[in-house]
Amino acid sequence: MARRLSLSARRARIAWAFMAPSVLILLAVAAYPLFRTFQLSLFRANLLDYPLRPEWVGLANYAYMVQDLYWWTSVKNTVIFTVASVSLETVLGLGVALLVNAKFPLRGMMRTAMLIPWAIPTVVSAQMWRWMYNDVYGVINDLLLRVHLIAKPVAWLADPHLVLPAIIAVDVWKTTPFMALLLLAGLQSIPEELYEAARVDGASGVQQFWFITLPLLVPALLVALIFRTLDALRVFDVIYVMSGVNPSTMSMSVYARQQLVDFGDLGYGSALSTGIFFIIALFVALYLSVLRVEVD
Amino acid sequence: MKRPGWLKVALAAVGLLAMGVPAAAKGVTVTISCGSVGKGYNFCKEGAEAWAKQTGNQVRVLASPKSTTDRLALYQQQLAAGSSEVDVYMIDVIWPGILGEFFVDLNQYIDPKVKSEFFPALIKANTVDGRLVGLPWFTDAGILYYRTDLLKKYGYTAPPKTWDELKAMAAKIQAGERKENPKFWGFVWQGAPYEGLTCDALEWIYSYGGGTIVDAQGNITVNNPKAAAALKMAKSWVNTISPPGVLAYMEEDARGVWQAGNAAFMRNWPYAYALGNSADSPIKGKFDVTVLPKASTPDGRHAATLGGWQLAVSRFSKHKKEAVSLVLYLTGFNEQKRRAIYGTYLPTRPALYQDPDVLSAAPFMGRLYDVFVNAVPRPSAQTKKKYNQVSSAFWTAVHSVLEGKASTEMALSQLERQLKRIKGSGW
Amino acid sequence: MRTRLPRALGALAFYLLILVVFVYLVFPFYWAIVSSLKSPQELFQTPVTYWPTHPRWQNYLDVFTMQPFGRNLLNSAIVAGTTTLISLLVGSFAAYALGRFRFFGKRPVYYAILSVSMFPQISVLGGMYVLIKTLGLYNTWWALIFSYMIFTLPFTVWVLTSFVREIPLELEEAAYVDGATPLQTLFKVLLPLMAPGLVTSGLLAFIGAWNEFLFALTFTVDDRARTVPVAIAFFSGASQYELPWAQIMAASVIVTVPLIVLVLVFQQRIIAGLTAGAVKG
Repeated sequence: MARRLSLSARRARIAWAFMAPSVLILLAVAAYPLFRTFQLSLFRANLLDYPLRPEWVGLANYAYMVQDLYWWTSVKNTVIFTVASVSLETVLGLGVALLVNAKFPLRGMMRTAMLIPWAIPTVVSAQMWRWMYNDVYGVINDLLLRVHLIAKPVAWLADPHLVLPAIIAVDVWKTTPFMALLLLAGLQSIPEELYEAARVDGASGVQQFWFITLPLLVPALLVALIFRTLDALRVFDVIYVMSGVNPSTMSMSVYARQQLVDFGDLGYGSALSTGIFFIIALFVALYLSVLRVEVD
Repeated sequence: MKRPGWLKVALAAVGLLAMGVPAAAKGVTVTISCGSVGKGYNFCKEGAEAWAKQTGNQVRVLASPKSTTDRLALYQQQLAAGSSEVDVYMIDVIWPGILGEFFVDLNQYIDPKVKSEFFPALIKANTVDGRLVGLPWFTDAGILYYRTDLLKKYGYTAPPKTWDELKAMAAKIQAGERKENPKFWGFVWQGAPYEGLTCDALEWIYSYGGGTIVDAQGNITVNNPKAAAALKMAKSWVNTISPPGVLAYMEEDARGVWQAGNAAFMRNWPYAYALGNSADSPIKGKFDVTVLPKASTPDGRHAATLGGWQLAVSRFSKHKKEAVSLVLYLTGFNEQKRRAIYGTYLPTRPALYQDPDVLSAAPFMGRLYDVFVNAVPRPSAQTKKKYNQVSSAFWTAVHSVLEGKASTEMALSQLERQLKRIKGSGW
Repeated sequence: MRTRLPRALGALAFYLLILVVFVYLVFPFYWAIVSSLKSPQELFQTPVTYWPTHPRWQNYLDVFTMQPFGRNLLNSAIVAGTTTLISLLVGSFAAYALGRFRFFGKRPVYYAILSVSMFPQISVLGGMYVLIKTLGLYNTWWALIFSYMIFTLPFTVWVLTSFVREIPLELEEAAYVDGATPLQTLFKVLLPLMAPGLVTSGLLAFIGAWNEFLFALTFTVDDRARTVPVAIAFFSGASQYELPWAQIMAASVIVTVPLIVLVLVFQQRIIAGLTAGAVKG
């Protein structure tokens, strides 16, 4: 006589069966590398030693990190970058998504144009912007001079006050499509009937936006925000290509890479990576509590 | 549809036969990683294949990323993992100290007489703790480019010999040219916070008699008044004779300004010479090169930072003898001569600088012989694995002085403290 | 009469806004196309030229003759395509479980999946390199497909989960009443309704995998598996310092244009076709 499981147990079993492929793949891919990062952070080891001579130091790397001024400068740079970048992208992305969702001729072209910045490889677009920002032959200075917005060329990347905003502008340009696309998908999931009903009731465009669109967009907005923030906190390419390893702009990842790769310091570099992980986890926890997400 | 049994047996038999029959004696396959796609890769490939034909072996030539930092990171990754994929590596002049432990000691494989055929300074740069980790393949040094037509126009008969002369000339030419071309600047160089700034700043400091950051015995010498004077001088150029954007310039950015005709002087590597004389270049035939200026003080001397590339054999290579043979061929007299004449690669053998064929193909090699012989190496041989940290601390300090964020004295004393900490108990 | 002017102004403002946004997004790409047709010297010329004086189509040929760029394109297409398909398939399974079922360990798993994306790429590089070599996947497509899962899968799972949650329960319950198995429910009822989410996360995963650089650089050694971003980073001029700018721009135009065409066709058809059917049904 076969034992029959309760409905919830059977449902749980089915759920795990569906979860299994993802969990297994991620376990296979990420388990060893992440474990190795944690492990190395407790040692002192240099990549350039042959053979590798790891030396147990416990939490010494973390103790150093806590009072490392360069680390905290990079945290500050990254947080400024993230807050500025993500807020601009969200507003712009929402605007673009609303625009593209509306019905107008040439909508297809707009939809395609929207993707272009995201589609160009970062290794190319970061270099390209770097060259557009040049103070002698760069096209941005040329355009601004022609429309008389500035009197003489600005050295965007050389001025320590302008370089981070310049880089933020590039990142916003590049990742607005990401936000716009996710928000557009969210917008398209909102059933037309709700708007029709609202129009019948006499609601204005703004009211429709505030009471229908925005609340129903929250799930998509949340996912978009979390992943954009995750990416912004881990930013590397755009900062490295445009300004190298420079205390005025270096992000946490740029600093971690310098220690890990340029200096071969596996122990400290891994400790920094773990530090990055915790800071990101902090941000994510913040989002989830503020936007009060239902997981169940 | 299952394969019929007889077919399985037949296939197996063919397989066994194929394994048993010795391949027509092809020797071994040596893998070399040299150059990124383009001229560098092609020249390397031609040379390597010539060696292969000569010795009855085979070569596999791999490209590598263009950016030297990407390349170093990649090599580090491969070598640290003990990969035997690549036998011969092309390495930058500052890498023997960094990657030294992963390469074989060529002293064990070559005749000592061979070493004396190269520039002693280059052999020294390739020797770490008595081990010869690489053979120099082609060299490079920082030089001063100047506009011959503009010098004549403003009444100068010769390029500047001291930094003060350079500054005066650049200021006068800039003021004059600005009347027609508002984008004109006197002097462009590499001021971005990266290894290139270390090269430029080393030249300034050395030319003032301020030493080489860390001396040959490993002592930290950078915090001295002459070095301070050198940095103060460089700071005075920014936004007067050099564009403010120079603090973000690398080699190509500077060349972009220079080659379009918007600069009177440029500090750069020899590669810009041929490019400046290309068919559509606005400055074609209007410029020349010379050694960089020195300080006007008695212990000032002309400086040029040493660049260039070497060939090293991986300790994980499964074909060390053949790999060394390839290295010896590529760095040999004939191959270097071919590369000098057709590719304008600067040879690492003094003999080639007297060779009439080489001199007629590239006359400036002969004129700059002294520059290359006396080029000052960066302190990577002394600081070994910690070189990147030293260089990074150095360029950060220099950049903060140039930006005006820190005073010269403060920056240098802080740099000294940092270097002491990096050095720890010893390099 | 009074309402016509504000409406006309409103329409004008609307179209002006569209124009501004369009220019902002597209100008750098226009600049890339212009640069790709310039000669190396003209790139640095002052005053700046907004259209090449003599368009140099040779640059595009150079891209394909300097290295086997066609092979690189193929590698990129296969790697990105396979990564996307696997992510979408596996991700929608997980999304179904996370969006609809109650089970023990749901929260931890949900966050654990996210936490994989919270590490900087550079820190997992060393470990991944060792893993790839041990599994014997070095220099193959699978090295990249496998390693890209680390960032495409968490993203896909989270996006699809949020879409699954939005689907009204009644549709699913109707399917159960009709005797559908969970698998059938997923494929026949839920996935069609999640079309915008599938297309979006698929597109973003594809582009993410297409443009990825660090892993592709480290896990490949020759053109057998080298993808486009890495190939572009290998372009070099006559010396180590020279940046063959025009060819790099040409390569990026070559790479971006098909992507855009793909999107133009793909996005419109799927979204138009499926959302129309799903909402009514």
